[in-house]
Order: sequence, then structure tokens, then C-alpha cells
Amino acid sequence: MEQIIISILKRTLIAGTPLLLGTVGEVITQRGGIMNLGIEGMMAVGAVSGFIVTFTTGNPWLGMFASIVMGALISLVHGFVSITLKANQVVSGLALTMLGLGISGLWGKPYIGKPLEMKMSAVKIPVLGDIPLVGDILFNQDPYFYISVFLGIAAWFFLFNTRGGIAVRTVGENPRAAETQGVNASVVQYLCVMTGGAFSGLAGSHLSIAYSKSWIEGMTAGRGWIVVALTIFAMWDPRKAFAGAYIFGGIFVLQYLLQPLGISPNFLGMLPYLTTLAVLFIYGISKEGHRKMNAPAHLGEPYIRGER
Amino acid sequence: MKGITGSLLNYKIDVAPREEIKGWVSSLIALISLLAGLSVIGLIFLLKGINPFYAIFRIFSGSFGSMYGFKETITKAIPLILIAGGLTVVYRGKFWNIGAESQLLAGAAAATWIALRWGPFLPGGAAVPLMFAGGFVGGALWGIIPALLRVRFGINEVISTLMLNYVAAEFIKMLVIGPWKGKTQFGYPYTDDFPESAMLSILPGSRIHIITLVIAVAAVVFLFFLLFRTRFGYEVRVIGENQEAARYAGIDFFRTTVLMMVISGGLAGVAGVGEVAGIHHHLTYPESISSGYGFTAIIVAWLARLNPVLVIISGLFFAGILVGGDAIQISLNLPAATVNVFNGIILVFLIMGEYFQRNRISFIRIGKKWNR
Amino acid sequence: MHRIKTLEMRGISKSFHGFYANKNINLKIKSGEVLGLLGENGAGKTTLMNILYGLYKPDDGEILINDKSVRIKSPKDSMGSGIGMIHQHFMLVQNHSVAENIALGFQDVPFFFPKKYIREKILRISRQYGMEVDPDKKIWQLSAGEQQKVEILKALFLEADLLIMDEPTSVLTPQESDDLFEIIRRMTEEGHSIILISHKLDEIMSICNRVTVLRKGETVGEALVSDIDKKELARMMVGRDVFLTFDKKPMPQGDKVLEVNNLVVLGDRGNKAVNNLNFSVYRNEVFGIAGVSGNGQRELVEAITGLRKSHSGSIMLEDDTITNESARVVNTRGITHVPEERIKFGIVPNLFIYENAILKKHHSSPFSRLLFLDYDLIKEHTTNIVEKFNIAAPSINVPVKSLSGGNIQKLIIGREIESKPALLVASHPTYGLDIGATEYIRKQILNRREEGGGVLLVSEDLEELFEICDRIAVIFKGEFMGVLSAGDSSIKDIGLMMTGSLRLDSENNCRTDNKDNGADK
Repeated sequence: MEQIIISILKRTLIAGTPLLLGTVGEVITQRGGIMNLGIEGMMAVGAVSGFIVTFTTGNPWLGMFASIVMGALISLVHGFVSITLKANQVVSGLALTMLGLGISGLWGKPYIGKPLEMKMSAVKIPVLGDIPLVGDILFNQDPYFYISVFLGIAAWFFLFNTRGGIAVRTVGENPRAAETQGVNASVVQYLCVMTGGAFSGLAGSHLSIAYSKSWIEGMTAGRGWIVVALTIFAMWDPRKAFAGAYIFGGIFVLQYLLQPLGISPNFLGMLPYLTTLAVLFIYGISKEGHRKMNAPAHLGEPYIRGER
Repeated sequence: MKGITGSLLNYKIDVAPREEIKGWVSSLIALISLLAGLSVIGLIFLLKGINPFYAIFRIFSGSFGSMYGFKETITKAIPLILIAGGLTVVYRGKFWNIGAESQLLAGAAAATWIALRWGPFLPGGAAVPLMFAGGFVGGALWGIIPALLRVRFGINEVISTLMLNYVAAEFIKMLVIGPWKGKTQFGYPYTDDFPESAMLSILPGSRIHIITLVIAVAAVVFLFFLLFRTRFGYEVRVIGENQEAARYAGIDFFRTTVLMMVISGGLAGVAGVGEVAGIHHHLTYPESISSGYGFTAIIVAWLARLNPVLVIISGLFFAGILVGGDAIQISLNLPAATVNVFNGIILVFLIMGEYFQRNRISFIRIGKKWNR
Repeated sequence: MHRIKTLEMRGISKSFHGFYANKNINLKIKSGEVLGLLGENGAGKTTLMNILYGLYKPDDGEILINDKSVRIKSPKDSMGSGIGMIHQHFMLVQNHSVAENIALGFQDVPFFFPKKYIREKILRISRQYGMEVDPDKKIWQLSAGEQQKVEILKALFLEADLLIMDEPTSVLTPQESDDLFEIIRRMTEEGHSIILISHKLDEIMSICNRVTVLRKGETVGEALVSDIDKKELARMMVGRDVFLTFDKKPMPQGDKVLEVNNLVVLGDRGNKAVNNLNFSVYRNEVFGIAGVSGNGQRELVEAITGLRKSHSGSIMLEDDTITNESARVVNTRGITHVPEERIKFGIVPNLFIYENAILKKHHSSPFSRLLFLDYDLIKEHTTNIVEKFNIAAPSINVPVKSLSGGNIQKLIIGREIESKPALLVASHPTYGLDIGATEYIRKQILNRREEGGGVLLVSEDLEELFEICDRIAVIFKGEFMGVLSAGDSSIKDIGLMMTGSLRLDSENNCRTDNKDNGADK
């Protein structure tokens, strides 16, 4: 029994890792006022580029690095269209999703069905890893887990306890106010979009070089859209993203475990989306709730400099 | 006071918002965007070591070059035209419904229920109209949810329609492996096949379900008049262009928004009826019922510049890409996702083109005073 | 140590897409001085200051600090040179705390834990200048006066030697304005200099040392405040003497069209923006509402036109109650509305002229039959309006945004009076228009009066009010300070009433308005 619980919790954290990475990245992007719905596409690009580089070099760390770079690069499509050309961010994000899924399919075609020889395997942290129960769950994971936890905390610290974080949040709330304080809103937004892209790319390569160790077309399987939901669920706060990612990750794990008990995996599959709608609904009822939601005031709207 | 200026040698680039745009300039910009997009797609093929001209030729010869291909193109254009037509209305009203995919499923499920529950007992000829009506209502009801959430609780429709897509997809899966699973389907996740009376008649030698095609074409023509000749269309456009003015003009947001989504969701539902009753003849996994029609239709509507009648042309174009994509999958050994590259890049270039629709870019020699 | 001893702007010109906002403007200020920048709305004051602050790039001209030419390309440059600006609409993030708002632009703040560092400093500086601000409060919890203090603090943190204030008192209560002036005095004593943008003469006279007057983008005068009087300044600002007298033929008062009783309307913040108003408007009458904007005018107009719910009280049109009816119902009953900010509220820029010409009327016959719109009739109707109201348009088949502001306003006024409404409500109908269009609009309003309609005119422009109104109510903080009519001895005190320093008693009104039976309490 104990083994089962340990296993479930461990797999929950693993399943939650790409969700956490993607969500933290999208939180940063949206805090800067840009809504990027293209996470699914960026994840796919990250997954395939991470896989290809790992496969050819035999070094998963290089693969991880490649996924970060490619994620950031592909996000520039959205950045250029929505920041410089001030186009509709919803449509641009959808375009990025299609583009990313398409490119990943095209690039990954020759690698389908080829397993990785070198993969990102679990690293047991000395001493801490020997703590009973907790040690095995928290300190005997693959490096992605540690990195994602670190990045999540770092993102929270950055957003709320540094001057750069204030600049990002100000741009997302009131870009004109930021400009009058000498902050270049467009540059900040580009950086936010690219950070989001890098995080999504990283999340994608977790799937291909640590989680399943192979490339399958469409392996992101809707995680990018869960991230969109999680960003709202977390109310644009990286701390709450931890809770959300692991809860939703846990649902993934339980989907198939609970099936024999007569609980439909599809019903569990709906839960992330239903809970997000519920959160929106509960906070949407009152004005006070809208304020508590803390949605960036300028989210999704293009900022046109000098317009009065 | 919009305007960006930058300098290029001794010229200054002046970006000023356009006050008006002539029809042909607008079309020209859309065409140039399309060609630019195709060139980038060509470049991607080239990087893969594929002759881009050959690939693009194979796509269009696959979809328009043969009778078989053309029939398939029309088959796939039917749902695209229906959905994109509905989207032109909501997008004109600046309501970003990206949940057509699930509104289609709602329509398909409603039709399936009618076909299987009532089909065998209905007099001949009654099942089909009932299915279409039921499909419209199903799609519309599913579409009203995000409209209500938006006007009553201020919930962003992009998010809610997205979430509802997944809720509906999981729900359909639950149905077809659970209570609705067919007794005669050997364990496949299908419902039972529709009775004969609930199958749409097909143009011989093709998969074109004629009734839906007729409905689709009639619908977009109707939508054109709805948008540009009726009070409702006028109110939709006023809301979309200037919410404050709409409030000032006493336009009822609640009623108009709900009605927009009834149309958009309803037409997506009708598309769903066509797919289950015209092609599959049973309900099955969502990804088999709709190969992303709800999303592709967004590009279709955009390419048509939100003009319902032009949706027929852009719908055929994208249906052609879907069919041609299948063709090059086989002949060039490319993955199914190739079509996504097409869709994604063309969409990116179309929205880039929007920038030039909205702004006039001119080069001005520095030093020369400009007065217009 | 003060970096700016003198600052000069020389020959500044700026045009927007071919339209001059500033033309060869000169301006000078030195340390310890308060310079008033006076001019009507649209005179180019804000554009000039945005240039000085680096938000706009001038087409021509130079800026000198301590007699040395400097280039200011962005707010960063101006802040670096010691220039700070307080915008009319505060540049604050509502959801952030005071400390976060201040920390953003302040270069000396450490990258990590900026709030902790800045909290101390806020308390210190705010005490020095006599402003109490809680650094941990969120901006939305603060009053307008407190928010302005945050803006001033922001500038002081950046060690701004020269502070530009764009109409700083427009959102303040009189008490808050006094506090502000006290802060300004303390700052100048410390050697700061201040440019105060205003169109209020009293303010300029009481706080400034020198004044520069702009009109239509050009400098028209410069003087020491001690050498000049209000009358002279007013003449420079508007280009001719202002005669504050009612100057048109009186008409016999007609039947009552609008009656407002004990009306209370809540503002966006839940405050009583309109507080217990009582008044009536008659046929053959233009009833004006004067006052500094933000004193409840908007809420009053919205309540009458059905755009905002009233909290209590009643609104009657002729003999029907229209309290809390929808905009559509109110419109159908016979109230039309020329809204403020015409582009934002009054038109749909991307729709064609003929589509804009039926906004609000689109739902009723004859334009709408069954569910369809009769476009032939609509175009005919539009052509009539375009001809009748001298609207310069290439054709009615162009988007309305391609018209000039004056023509857009003519279209709106044409649309709103074409149906001969019982009551026309017009908010700031000539704001920002050129003289020709202004005269035209005013004439149309007077025509409506002569035809037998009632008009409720809200305006900040006293000249306009006296030119076309029969009676003028002065509103201050949602209450009427008095209702003036021709021959009233209190006309000269209208400025005092607008600032809340004089309130006429009801006796005074009854004397001039017998028919109203004291409804104007």
C-alpha cells in the first residue's frame, strides 16, 4: 500500500512537471500583458527539438538546452505579430499552435519509433533522498523536476520581489504608465513572450527526453491547453501554479488508476477544464471577485504608443 | 495620435492609420499575404529537401486536379463553410468563439440521439429534418453557455469556449465507450449505425451529402443578408466596432450576444449533423468526427475577411489543403501534421497583412517638409 | 543640488499627420519659479509638455538646460535631466501598491526587494513636503488627491527639479487643491521649478510667478503675473474680450418638457455623484449646466438619457415618468443625446456615414421594417442630413472616421435634432472644434430652441453657455450652487459658484423664475 501511494505521488509530480513549467512561463507572458495561446505548439517544438538533439548528440542536457532555445525562437512569431504588428492575440496564438504542431510533425517524422539511448534519468539527492517516504517522492526525481521547482520559485520571487518584476507587472497593467517611467513596454513584452516560449519548450522536452523517451507526433496531447486553463486557475501567481499543476497532474495519474473502480477516466479528464470554469464563475459573480482574480488589466490588448 | 517613425538611410518610414481602404487594395493585400505565406511554406519544404513547387503542385492537383479529389474537397468544405459562416457573425461582433469544434460535437450528439432513439419509429423523410433541427439546437445551446458567461459574469469567451471544447470532447468519449456504445459494433467505440431513414443521401460516386451542402450555401447567403441588410446584423456590427456607441444607441447586449452565438453554435451543430449522418453514420471519438474543422474554420473566416459569401471560396481553398495534405502524405511520405504548417503559416501571414490593411506605410525623404 | 537652473524651449513645432499642434513655441523657466501655461482646450499645452517630457519628438526646435542644448528622446532622457511630469490622467497602476508604483522608475532602488528599501524613503520624503501617504495601500483604495500625491512623490524620488503638472486641480476637491498649492510652495522654496498647465485663471493668479499663454498651437503672450490682471489674461487666451452676459433674444417660456425631482445618481465609485437635484427644462429654452467637469455632469446626463440607473428621485418627460427606463425607451419617448467624446460614444468609426446616421433610430420605422433595414430610405435620409447640415463628405458611402471632427459633430447633431425631439441633451457639443463648426453647432441648438424644443446643455465653456442659454445652473459636487438667468446680479460670481465658494439660496432663484414654483432648490 505504501509503495502504491509513493508511486502515485511520485508520478503525480512527474506528470505535473511540464504543466508547472508551461504555466509559470505563461504566467510571466500574461503578466506582461500578452496572451499567448500557442503553448501547445511551442511545447511540441520543444519536444521535437529536444529529442532530435538528444538523439543525435547523445547528450540530454544539450537536448534540454535546444528545446529552450527553440521554444523562445518560435514564440517570436507570436511576439512579432502581437507586439510589433499589434494584431489580434487570440488568432495569432492559434496560428502558433498550428504552426508548432505542424513543424514538429515535419521535423520529427524520421525519428518516430526510435528510442533514446541516453535519457534524462532520475537523480537521487544525497542525504535528502534517504529520508523515508518524502525522500523517495521529492528527492529522487529527474532533473526536470528540480529545475521546474527552482524556476517556479524563482519566477515568483522575480515577479513580486524585484524591480524587474514590477516593470513586467506594470506593463501588463498599464503600459503607458510604464513608458512614462522610462520602461520600454515593447522590449519588456518581447522578453516576457520569449521567456514563456522558453519555459514551454522546456516543458515539451520533458515529455520527449525524460517522461516517455521517444518522439510521437502530437505527444503534447492537449497539455498546452491545460496550461492556458492553469494560468487562470493559478490567478497569475506562480505559487498557485504549483498547486494547480500537481492537482491536474494527479488527475492524469488517477485517470487510469480509478477506472477499475468505475470512475470514468473521461470524467476525470474534464475536471481541469471544469474547475477552471468554476473558478472563473465564482470570481466572476461579484465585482470584488474580479478584483481578487488579479487578471492583468491590459491583458490581450495591443499597446499603441503615443495614443491618447 | 498613432504613428511610428523610424529611419532608413535618409528616408523616414511613416506609419499612419488608414482612414479608408479601397476594396481592391484590401484584396490585393490579402492576396500578397497569401503568396508570402506560400513562399515561406515553400522554404520549409526546401529545408526538408523537398522541391516546394512540386509539393505545392501535388497539394492542389490532389485536391482540385482530379474528379475524385475535387469531390473530396467539396465534402470537407461543407463543415468548413457552415462553421466559418457562423464565425463571421460572431467575429464581426468581436465575440471570439473558438469553441466551434465542440459546438459541432454537440450538434452531432443531438443528431445521433434523434437518429438512434427516434429514427426507427419516424415516418419516412421526417428523421432528416428533425436531425438538422436537433443539431442546430444542440450546437446553439452549447454555444449559449459562453455567451451567458460573458454577458452575465464578464468571463472571457476565449477561455470559456476553449475549456468547453475539452469538456465536450471528453463527454462524447464517455458516451461512445459507455452508455451509447453500439451493441453491433464489435467493441469499437462507436454508437450503433444510424437507421437507413436517418442517413443523408449522397451524390453518387462521392461522399458529398447534398442536403448539408445546400444548407451550407444557403446559410452563408442568408448570413450575408443578415449581416448587411437587417437590424440584427447592424447591431452586431455596431457592438463589434464600438461598444460604447452600442450602449449609447441602446442596443441590447444580452440579446444580441446570445443570438450571435445561437447562430454560430447552431451552424456548427448543423455541420456536426452532416458529419455523423452523411459520412460516419454513427457517433465516435471526437477526433474522428471532426479533423479540427472548428479551428480551421477560424482561418477560413479570416481569409474571407469576415464576409459570409466569400467563405465559400476560402472554405474550398482550405478544404483543398486538407485533401491535398492527405495526398502528399502518401506521395511524399510526409506526416499528417504538414497541413498544420500550411494553416499556421497562412494564418500568420493573413494577420500580418491586417497591419497593412489598417495602416498606410510611406517613405518620406528626410529634410523635406511634409504636409498632407 | 539642483541641476536645472534655467530651462528653455525654443522654436518648438510639432504636427500630427499634417495638422499643427505646436508652431514655433518659445518658453522659459528658472529655478524656484512657477510658470503657468495657459490656454483653452486644444491650444497645444499638453502636446508641448509631452515633447518636453520626451513622449513626442518635435519636428523642429530645441530644448536648452542651463543654456546648453539637450536632446530628449524618451522619458528616460527627461527624467535623467531632472524633469518630471504629472499627467492629467494619472499614470498609476491601480492594482499595485504605492511603493510598487514608485519603485518602478526609480533607478537607485536595489533590484531585489525594492519595496522594503523604498518604504522608508517614502515616509521620509512625504513628511518633508507635508504629504501623508501609506506606502502599502493599493492605488485603487486612494482618493484622487492621494493618488496625485503619489504622482508627486514619484517625481520627487527621481529628483525632478522641474515638475510639469497637467491640470492638476481638475480632479481635486477645493481642500485638496489648497493642499496641493501648499506642496507647490514648499517645493519652490527648496528650489524646484514647476510648469502648471491650466485653463483656470484663479489658479494661475494665485500660485504662478509668470505665465505663458498659448492659442491654437502658438505662443500669444508671456507676462509676469504681478504685471497682468485676469481680464487681460482671459483676452489673450480666447483672443477677444469675454463678455459674461446673456446675449440673445429672450423667448416666452413654453411648456415643461423635463422635470427632475430629488434625483440622486451614484458615480462609478458608489459616491453620490448627483446629489438631490431638482430642476425643470421648458420648451423654447436652452437650460445650461456649467461647472468644472467631474462634478456630476456626466452622471446626470447618463441618468436622463437612460444610460445609468438613478439611485432615487424621479425624472419626468412631459407627463411620463422615465426614471430608470432604458436608453432605447427614453429615446423613443423623445429625448435625443449629443454625447461627450463624440468619437468614443457618438459614432462607429468604421461603419459608413449612412449607417452612422441612423444610430439609435435603426430599430424603429421607417428605417426598420419587420427585421430588415430599408437601406434606400436610410441613404436618402442621410443625404438629406448631409445637405441640410452642410456636412463636407466625399460621399455617404465612406467610413465616418474619414470625416473631420467638425463634420462628425455636424452629423451627430443633425442625426439628433432631425427627429425634432422634445428634449435635446448636449454634452460639450463644441469641445475641440474649430470656430466655424462651433458657431454652426451653436446655431443649430438655438434653432431647436426657436422651433419649440427644450435643450439641456452641459458645457465647461462659459462663453458658449452665455451665448446660447436662457438659464444656467452651476453644478458643484453634484449639487446646484444656483440657477442664473438674464439680468441676474450674481452672474459675475459664476466663477465662485463653480468652485463651490458661493451658493445662492432658493429665494434668489424664485425671484428670477416664478413659473418654476421653487422647484430649483
